[in-house]
Amino acid sequence: MTNEEKKCIAKFEIHYTQLLNQAGERVGPLPEFAASYETLLALYRTMVQTRTFDSKAIALQRTGKMGTYSSSLGQEAVATGIGHAMLFEDVLLPTYREYAAQFQRGVAMSEILRYWGGDERGMAYAEQPHDMPITVPIATHVPQCAGIAYAMKLRKEARVAVCVLGDGATSKGDFYEGINLAGAWQLPMVVVVTNNHWAISVPRKVQSHAQTLAQKAIAAGIPGEQVDGNDVIAMRHVMSNALEKARSGGGPTLIEAITYRMHDHTTADDASRYREQAIVDEHKRLDPIDRLRKYLIANHNWDDTKEQALHDACAADVEAAVNSYLDTPPVPPESMFDYLYETLPDALQSQRDEVERRGKQQKGGD
Amino acid sequence: MAEITILEAVNLALARALEEYPDVVVFGEDVGVNGGVFRATEGLQKQYGTERVLDTPLAETMIAGMAIGMAAQGLRPVAEIQFMGFIYPTIEQMICHATRLRNRTRGRITCPMVLRAPYGGGIHAPEHHSESTEAIFAHMPGLRVVIPSSPLRAYGLLLAAIQDPDPVVFLEPKRIYRMMKQEVPDDGEALPLDVCFQLRDGTDVTLVTWGAMTHETLQAAEQLEAEGIGCDVLDVATIKPLDMETILNSVAKTGRCVIVHEAARTCGVGAEIAAQLAEHGLLSLFAAVQRVTGYDTIMPMFKLENDYMPSTERIITAVKKTLEEA
Repeated sequence: MTNEEKKCIAKFEIHYTQLLNQAGERVGPLPEFAASYETLLALYRTMVQTRTFDSKAIALQRTGKMGTYSSSLGQEAVATGIGHAMLFEDVLLPTYREYAAQFQRGVAMSEILRYWGGDERGMAYAEQPHDMPITVPIATHVPQCAGIAYAMKLRKEARVAVCVLGDGATSKGDFYEGINLAGAWQLPMVVVVTNNHWAISVPRKVQSHAQTLAQKAIAAGIPGEQVDGNDVIAMRHVMSNALEKARSGGGPTLIEAITYRMHDHTTADDASRYREQAIVDEHKRLDPIDRLRKYLIANHNWDDTKEQALHDACAADVEAAVNSYLDTPPVPPESMFDYLYETLPDALQSQRDEVERRGKQQKGGD
Repeated sequence: MAEITILEAVNLALARALEEYPDVVVFGEDVGVNGGVFRATEGLQKQYGTERVLDTPLAETMIAGMAIGMAAQGLRPVAEIQFMGFIYPTIEQMICHATRLRNRTRGRITCPMVLRAPYGGGIHAPEHHSESTEAIFAHMPGLRVVIPSSPLRAYGLLLAAIQDPDPVVFLEPKRIYRMMKQEVPDDGEALPLDVCFQLRDGTDVTLVTWGAMTHETLQAAEQLEAEGIGCDVLDVATIKPLDMETILNSVAKTGRCVIVHEAARTCGVGAEIAAQLAEHGLLSLFAAVQRVTGYDTIMPMFKLENDYMPSTERIITAVKKTLEEA
């Protein structure tokens, strides 16, 4: 039998949203929120602040003041849109490039620096009670996101769990197991795949033969769509719609946000080993910050003076965060025991005593 | 009061927890309508509803990950893995997340979850259904690994595991699921975690064991008693963290120790107990510590499973060796 002779029993389409083109020009009707200058400015400020933070964090690593760091350069619009669209009572499960979302949700820049500075206190998030810390193992947080979403559903709360992962993560079973449950149980959950084209050195095309990553949602029985992840207005819009749908009992959504990783995978990586600088340079013209700036100049009288003032303000905030990070009091060595269990088991007391004793001796020797 | 089996005690504890704590959620493969392949969750869905007793899709990584997410939100998830042979996909979730969540967030987010699984050999089950790999979990900092060996302890320790504010792997020795019956008052009283239970008092040799092997160990002690050899039998019960104090006190009394476990010998929990006896109890020992364990082979399929697992006779031989040495 040829396909023409067989009965078609299912058809699927993947839709793509872009609202501003790379020149910052409207390519479709903008959502209501985009009429507000304050909202656009908030999105712009978050992106600029995140990029300012990013370059400073890289500098801290390069000068030996911090450990390995993963840059979000070029991807700021994805996490900015996510963070802006979420409500505080929602839960975010980020990986290691969603700083823009974390900052909007109350995570301090100094906490992120502490984290990459090798200090668990950087995951204590003094102003953010719900969000999970950065997930380093790939896609393991998708099933966790489903569990969080189930807790919300069980308690009949109007909250949504959001997990963010990369293009490489969609090759893992955890990703599929998690979105499959989200579909099967119709959980209030949004999964954002940040497709930055690279999983360290492995390009998107090597990762999967699927035409889009959004279509992986279809196998799980949930809607999947693509968005221009360098268009912060589109990102914020698509994210809001998915959140609203989940919040009102409409079930989960998978969003594939197309962006580009402009920096090395981390500061421990050298991307020149596997990709041509010319390809990276080509993506500069798609920059999310440039795009919104062009729109603001054309539509909201944005100018060099305002731009400079914003950069100065962001630099001052970052500097304050760096100072807070550098002034962080040392971690007491015995604290490695103190959050292992609610109460330290007797079996571990002598080990803790030893570490505490040695810590005091070293201090005394200074 | 009717006498019940370990399996029924597990069911009773789950029902009690569902009744007393609105945050308890029970789930896994086939635990709902079917009541679990061993019937440990029989009747629970009917009584407590499909929102709190759930059949999950067939995905073990997801079951563990989901439990972590629920626990992070303040629920008390009790997840079942159908057999320990299928628990390995959960390891990444357990070692990278469940055990670390409190530590990573400095106590901001905790993980009060229980991962239950039947384990061990001796029921003529198919391949992958008979291993004892508790040491894998015992090696994970931040975890508790609890193994009951009687209906009373199954009830009391499972309630304790559910009440515990940290993650617990609760391994149920399925060979003795229906072997013995006891009166178990459904009083909601938990037994203490992190302590050994003394099953028999004796002064000549300490027998340290857990799970289904308590059965053979007690049989050996009985036979040895007839020969005038008194065995102090300890059920470790919580194999992580270890209650070495009780074991050391017993060995201080007897001067001899035989450790019995079904799991493979190398890097088994018995190795840790023997090492700690060498570190802290060497001077009270009259003889070298003996281990009676599964062999360092693949757990054979059931035609040979009895050749693999420690027998009463092997335990008696080991005890006599400690007596001959001194």
